[in-house]
Amino acid sequence: MTRSGRFVVALWLLGLAAFALVAWRGQFTTDMSAFLPQRPSDTQRLLVEQLREGSLSRLVLIGIEGADAPTRARLSKALAARLAASGLFTGVQNGDATELARDRDLLFNNRYLLSPAVNAGRFTVAGLREAIGESIDMLASPAGMMIKNLLPRDPTGEMMELIGAFAGQQGPASRDGVWASQDGKRALLMAQTVARGSDTDGQGEAVARVRAEFTAVADDSGAQLRVSGAPVFSLEARATIRSEVERLAIISAIGIITVLLLAYRSFTALTLGLLPVLSGALAGVAAVILGFGSIHGITIGFGATLIGESVDYSIYYFVQSRQGYDGEWRARFWPTIRLGVLTSLCGFASLLFSGFPGLAQLGLFSMSGLVVAALITRFVLPQLRPARFVIRDTTNLGRAVAPAIGKLGRRRWVIAVLAVAAVGVLVAHQDRLWNTRLSELSPMSPELLALDASLRADLGNSDQGYLAVVNAPTREAALLAAERVATRLQSLVDTGAIGSFESPSRFLPSQPTQQARRAALPERTDLAKRLQAALAELPLRADKLQGFLDDVEVAKGQPSLDAEALRGTSLGVAVDAMLQQRSTGWVALLPLHTNAAGSVDAAAVRAALASEPGALFLDLGEESTRLYAEYLDEAIWLSLAGFVAITLLLAGALRSGRRLLRVLTPLVLAVLLVMAALALVGERLTLLHLVGLLLAVAVGSNYALFFDDDNAAGDPRTLASLLVANATTVIGFGALATSTVPVLHAIGITVGPGAVLALILSAMLAGRKEVF
Amino acid sequence: MKTGQWLGVLPWLTFLALPAWAGEWNIDALMQGLAKHEGGRARFVETKTIALLDKPVVSSGELNYVPPNRLEKRTTRPRQELMVLDGDQLRLERGKQVFSIRLSDQPEALAFVDSLRGTLAGDKAALEKNYKLTLSGTPDRWMLDLLPDDQRIAAYVLRITFGGSHGRVEWIRYLQADGDSAVMTIEPLDDR
Repeated sequence: MTRSGRFVVALWLLGLAAFALVAWRGQFTTDMSAFLPQRPSDTQRLLVEQLREGSLSRLVLIGIEGADAPTRARLSKALAARLAASGLFTGVQNGDATELARDRDLLFNNRYLLSPAVNAGRFTVAGLREAIGESIDMLASPAGMMIKNLLPRDPTGEMMELIGAFAGQQGPASRDGVWASQDGKRALLMAQTVARGSDTDGQGEAVARVRAEFTAVADDSGAQLRVSGAPVFSLEARATIRSEVERLAIISAIGIITVLLLAYRSFTALTLGLLPVLSGALAGVAAVILGFGSIHGITIGFGATLIGESVDYSIYYFVQSRQGYDGEWRARFWPTIRLGVLTSLCGFASLLFSGFPGLAQLGLFSMSGLVVAALITRFVLPQLRPARFVIRDTTNLGRAVAPAIGKLGRRRWVIAVLAVAAVGVLVAHQDRLWNTRLSELSPMSPELLALDASLRADLGNSDQGYLAVVNAPTREAALLAAERVATRLQSLVDTGAIGSFESPSRFLPSQPTQQARRAALPERTDLAKRLQAALAELPLRADKLQGFLDDVEVAKGQPSLDAEALRGTSLGVAVDAMLQQRSTGWVALLPLHTNAAGSVDAAAVRAALASEPGALFLDLGEESTRLYAEYLDEAIWLSLAGFVAITLLLAGALRSGRRLLRVLTPLVLAVLLVMAALALVGERLTLLHLVGLLLAVAVGSNYALFFDDDNAAGDPRTLASLLVANATTVIGFGALATSTVPVLHAIGITVGPGAVLALILSAMLAGRKEVF
Repeated sequence: MKTGQWLGVLPWLTFLALPAWAGEWNIDALMQGLAKHEGGRARFVETKTIALLDKPVVSSGELNYVPPNRLEKRTTRPRQELMVLDGDQLRLERGKQVFSIRLSDQPEALAFVDSLRGTLAGDKAALEKNYKLTLSGTPDRWMLDLLPDDQRIAAYVLRITFGGSHGRVEWIRYLQADGDSAVMTIEPLDDR
């Protein structure tokens, strides 16, 4: 090895060590952060915040099946008690009667601070007469059963005001005193983790605790546990992505090693050939961690795909260069490979500009990986190549397939037919080509999604997609804003624009509101006098209402309700979910429920919120669809920009319109054919299919360039190297196509066939010159 | 013949009439008669006597029964109110407020509702699940007493009595555990 050679190798080893250090200390994520836009709008930021940190992201849905109903109820209570004591949950609810009684007591004891009907007019003679008269009328109704016992202490019906305000929404069904599914065959619980949605480890601990405690209480009762909810989803996503990444890496590694061994018949060549790949992958991981702070699991999964392209470089080198003729290879083949690498870089560079961090990570990963792999092939491999290095002569392979390619070349009319057919199919399917739903990228199994849907339906928890959101610097300001918004929303309920809504201020009114209500309560002697007058024409005597006088007197001296007073009750859990602290201040979330027609009038809600500064209407489903659609639109434009950049690069390098056309045509055709085939089998294209197509162009450009190069195209060695390279690409991406993770599947299903088509089409269009 | 003589004949007439039903008049016969009822609309007046109040509260309105599972009670006085009992759902609309409960969640409420539903539909088996039945009177003027077996139900209602003529219920009386009571009289509205 020469001195400069030793220097190059030392530089490489140093670089590897640095990359490994960065990769080792870097953070591996699988959460929703990949979907956080870099320049979000207010509603997008809210959406992602809700997905990452919102109460839904912390909600574990638990079902207990099997055994009999009393057993399930017993297990539900035991599990709830253990989980509540674990400290891992802010609240555990199972509809237990004692828990409901505690909520009820809290409401009743604070009714004069909580009831929206309490104001100065309520306790005048006329106000009392009307309110008490109404309560008496209510005794005539079947609902009278509910209030008869309360009436002596609550003759003005404040408790009905409180209960009535949320009695319209039906909670879960109940069996043997705990929540159950409609058919009664499953007991239900909800638990809110302390760990935030972005803390997958913390949520993992909480979910594991649910399983462990259940196993402990269930013993041999025969009951089974079903768990779902966002925390389970993120765990499942992480587990799926991890196992898929491992599985795919192993499958493609075995496949590619087999092909390389068959081609080289040399372990030395194999080992050397994998060096650029591994160096490239390591460099890609390190670059992403340095650029983004952490690397997403899916990006690593994509690393398996990068092997597919970067291994090609060493294949070209080994198969094309002859012993002792490195200089010849550098002169004859390297420029073509270099142009191929640059072409790929142009394609992937477009991804760097994506607002979708997942795509930007892929772009950076691929670019740094490819550059490093190519550089290692060019500068390090020749240094490491042993003096007596022999690989199997592959020229026979090249000669064997040459006639077939020659025949294909004479059937170029087929290409025109295919092109027309592909365009026809794409035009016919243009409305159904793209999938615009974000959920299509979710790696969840259909079983888990079905379980989740059924648990949510049982819990009456299915339409949490609409929110009115207000921001404020302090908790108090947020509550005040929520109260103002609630007043406007109430008028929407009255007109039927929305069905109902919830507000944190319902259980935790702002301090001024509580003070105003307290001030509206008269002194005992005053109240007694007014009561006497108010009851004159009513069939109720004041001496039966001493409890009322007592309670009002107590309420007048009662301290205001605060978050601390609600702690441990389900009202507290509800307030926590609706009133959250952020780095920027406080945010109040007011969930809106659909009206009788099953909808929420978005325009009316926006209009109602317009006068409240900073208030927003958020339709989670629509917003996530729109966010994804924006990503998709952007990715389409970026891909086109990437394609233009590739065209300009090739035009500059080839300096011939004819040659440019000859290189680009197979690539464009391969993309069209893959898209048309996917459209025909009904697979809708997502963002990741698009990335796959870009990658197919990147890989295919190497083939097209070799066939364009008159020196190389006539050479059986070149042909053999292309065949081996193509085989490894197909293996790498074929493995991806089998993945259950939609993101990986999408890339595999586009690049695998795309690369094969690019090779065949390039060969067919290789020009009139005789190939051999 | 003088009136007094006619009166003397009456017991005999009754006696003569007896064989026509004496062997058959029992709860089963009553239930058969009730089950034949085709439903329809009726006016009701309900009087509740409540210890807390100096005088009873009276409400009135219309009932609409669609056998075997749907019963609407539309109260017009003293306030508009609609109660709909449909299968497992009990819904109460009062002004802007809507209350809705699932009866299967509330065994006590279910037993209570089943007393009404079972009687209107003539479903003896359903009634006997929760109540001891006692029949008295004649087909013309019968009275069916329901005494709850279950302590949980008895904690709310001590006794429910239905009165009527043949296949028609004319009044219902509830006696609650706290001594309050309610009587509802029902008068069919002929709208056919």
